[in-house]
Amino acid sequence: MKIASRFLPRPDLGETVTMTLDGEPVTARLGDTVAAAVLAHSGDASRQSVKGSPRTAYCMMGVCFECLIEVDGKPNSQACMIQVREGMVIRRQNGLRDLGGHTDA
Amino acid sequence: MVSRVPDITVIGGGVVGLSVAVGLLQKGHRVTVLDGADADFRASQGNFGLVWLQGKGADFAPYANLTSNAVSSWPSFASRLTKLSGIDLALDQSGGVEFFTEQAELDDFAAGLKRQQAHLGGQISHEVISGDDLRRSHPDIGPDVVGATFCERDGHVNPLRLLFALRSAFLALGGELRSDSHVMGVAAVAGGGFELSMRDGTSLGAERVVLCAGLGTTLLAMQLGFVTRVRPQRGELLITEKLASRLPFLSSTIRQVDEGGVQIGGTKADAGLDDSETLDLMAGLAQHAVKVLPALADVRVIRAWGALRVMSPDGYPVYARSPEHNGAYLVTCHSGVTLAPAHSGILPVWIDNATDAPDLEAFDENRFALSSAA
Repeated sequence: MKIASRFLPRPDLGETVTMTLDGEPVTARLGDTVAAAVLAHSGDASRQSVKGSPRTAYCMMGVCFECLIEVDGKPNSQACMIQVREGMVIRRQNGLRDLGGHTDA
Repeated sequence: MVSRVPDITVIGGGVVGLSVAVGLLQKGHRVTVLDGADADFRASQGNFGLVWLQGKGADFAPYANLTSNAVSSWPSFASRLTKLSGIDLALDQSGGVEFFTEQAELDDFAAGLKRQQAHLGGQISHEVISGDDLRRSHPDIGPDVVGATFCERDGHVNPLRLLFALRSAFLALGGELRSDSHVMGVAAVAGGGFELSMRDGTSLGAERVVLCAGLGTTLLAMQLGFVTRVRPQRGELLITEKLASRLPFLSSTIRQVDEGGVQIGGTKADAGLDDSETLDLMAGLAQHAVKVLPALADVRVIRAWGALRVMSPDGYPVYARSPEHNGAYLVTCHSGVTLAPAHSGILPVWIDNATDAPDLEAFDENRFALSSAA
């Protein structure tokens, strides 16, 4: 009995989108997740933990919450569960979010 | 070889049982605590962590006084526990607020605070603040809040760290803690002492027993001739993602834990021994929090749970000696966190029946016997 893989090849539409990461322009392929785009852009940490240690995406499947990032003003967004969109404004998150929606970055 | 029988066996290893047990050790007793199973209903692991005075005992002066004294004793109690356990309890007693969105409810509660204040004389003061005055000092408070009451003596603590600290302190003082030790039955032995039948089929001897078994109290209480029956009252709670900023207030329904998350709670339901959550009550809690502080609307709730309060018939604590069996005591209450310093400080003296034992007659269970006879 053959068990079909649950993993599908990512549709490579050849299209790209342009976003900003901390104000810097970032190009990503349509269909990528924010986490993949951020990792492809730079190997740097994409956030700092509460205690200030550097972190970035790890499980890439919505489980570990290491990829939390601010997307279009919304803090603690799971970058690996959100697809890139044209004009997206992404900000690295340092420490805990604030009340009122902004991190202290 | 004869195993050493402890002076006192405490049945129940939650906040109430361990508070009493730590106090007994400090009086020089040999103490064993029999704690139940992990899956038991444990108010000590699901509660809100308030150290709360306002409104307590408005219609029962002894409870107002007991609570007031316990709240006063909290700072020294916490520092003793920290010294013994190395655990910071995150005690903060900088005042607490009750928010109201209905004027009639505010008026009722404020009238209760006046009665409470009459019992306590100068030991408590409170303020009633109108919604507009609130918003002048805290512009973030929502427009639906018609007013609030404030008591400068209210506070909160990290309740899980309190439980951990009590266990650590108990062990540090040489107490014996047996986990997964469910007591199925207790019987007085001719000539004195008690025999405890354990779920695993063994039995244990005990010279004296203190029943602090939360919702497990009723069955054992009956076997010892106590008339107190406790019932579960379900509360549901939410906790949000952690915030960097501190909320500008502590309230009895919205409190920010020391690690940053906002805990929201306060529901009351008679649901028997069922501690599950319900969507409508969870939604109601979230709506209440957003009415009080609209900025919470975009903060994610990351966890919700139900927990069962331990309620005596009239809601007040019961501290009773068995009328039939010398050496058996019953200790049960709803506010095990707030009252922890009293349970640790004065109950051991009362159990010893020392000459300076406090008068706890008002908390005896004869108040239920009389009411059921009436």
